Amino acid sequence: MRIRPYESFGHARYSKQYMRPVAVIGIGKTAFGAFPDRDLRSLAVEAGQKCLADAGVSPSKVEAFYLGNFAGPSFVGQNHLAPYIAGAMGITGVPATRFEAACASSGSAFFHAVSAVGAGLYDLVLVGGVEKMTSQPTPKVTEILAGAGDMGGEGRAGATFPALFAMIARRHMYQYGTTREQMAAVAVKNHANGAKNPLAHMRKVITIEQALAGKPIAEPLNVYDCSLISDGAAAVLIAPLEHAAEFAGKAAKVLGIAQTSDHVALDEKDDITMFRAVKAAGEKAYKMAGVSPQDIQFAELHDCFTIAEIIATEDLGFVKKGEGGPYVQQGCTALNGPRPVNTSGGLKSKGHPVGATGVGQICDVVMQLRGDAGERQIARHALGLAQNLGGSGATAVVTILGAA
Amino acid sequence: MENPGPGTVYTETVIFAAPEQFVADAPYQLAIVTLDSGKRLTARIAGDRVTIGDAVDFAEYRDGVPFFSKKN
Repeated sequence: MRIRPYESFGHARYSKQYMRPVAVIGIGKTAFGAFPDRDLRSLAVEAGQKCLADAGVSPSKVEAFYLGNFAGPSFVGQNHLAPYIAGAMGITGVPATRFEAACASSGSAFFHAVSAVGAGLYDLVLVGGVEKMTSQPTPKVTEILAGAGDMGGEGRAGATFPALFAMIARRHMYQYGTTREQMAAVAVKNHANGAKNPLAHMRKVITIEQALAGKPIAEPLNVYDCSLISDGAAAVLIAPLEHAAEFAGKAAKVLGIAQTSDHVALDEKDDITMFRAVKAAGEKAYKMAGVSPQDIQFAELHDCFTIAEIIATEDLGFVKKGEGGPYVQQGCTALNGPRPVNTSGGLKSKGHPVGATGVGQICDVVMQLRGDAGERQIARHALGLAQNLGGSGATAVVTILGAA
Repeated sequence: MENPGPGTVYTETVIFAAPEQFVADAPYQLAIVTLDSGKRLTARIAGDRVTIGDAVDFAEYRDGVPFFSKKN
């Protein structure tokens, strides 16, 4: 291991120079949806077991379990979730830890797991993500989700998560001329993709007219601009790339990854039409992977609201600032477009079980890289990106994956 | 609590789907106001609807939440 002089501290160690290359060697997902008969643990266990089976690994070989979960204690009254789930899978005697970073909880768990394997702490780490949301009525879910914002300021004033993104949308429309039709185009595209995904929550094609006429939630956003309240779980197994060929699952390389943060409250950000954390995470991940935004062939982006996908295409450098609206409206991110975005259906149609979303995105990118995406398989699928956003931009995780 | 003074609407929304404790208030307008000091504040709007760029005056605190109104 190289020793760095103190003067160079403060710069990310994330580079091929310091880390072992890491691969995703197994994936597993439950369907996303409303499952009144399933509890949180059974969902997480199903995803974990599918993942271990995909890689052909027995639970006793797992050296650590990293779990992403946003609000299990609030949604279902269960704490101490990581060992609770790991134990049910037959994984005991190893570190089992829960990560919470709002909607980026499992993206963060994945980032830290990759860090640990990359640093040589472990060879085999299972990363899970789970949320069980539909057992609570919508106003209660809205209240729990609002806790990902600043409860002292925004929350006390009555802000909801849709309201924060509605204010972001209003400002983006004001500064860049982004239109309601462009936001609706995100919903129409993602529903079209989700309709082809057997694990998606809402497999329903919608028209632009429907998307524009939805019930108002927080102006200018209507129900079709908002992602779904879902139950679901996802899991991935990671290992050093040099061992990837020893496992049953077709591996994918983690080429670049970064997690960054920003202020939680919107009113503390100087410009709310961009997410500084996403921009920074993207730049770090591109640098680590040695690729440019234009090299990315497809992406799973965090479309918690339609405006969020538009802004993500800008923050990640697919287009210039302010051009995200026309980009989606012209079909550039459609399944048959030059750079498909959210071929899974995204959070909008696939569903958004908050804590499962980050790892779910990794699974969806790996499915495309493997050529296993079925009806929604795209032609150019060698280099993909996943972007997971926490809250209104206080956490961002960007991962670049390549076919092994 | 101190009077934050007047400001300008930086962004706004009208909330229809409210969290549990605000259901009775819906629909209500929420805004981020840029105060004349340059600081931003998340606030509720009382009275007429406002849009980006509107000048607003501080009205009152209700349960610790600042309310602003459109400048006449």
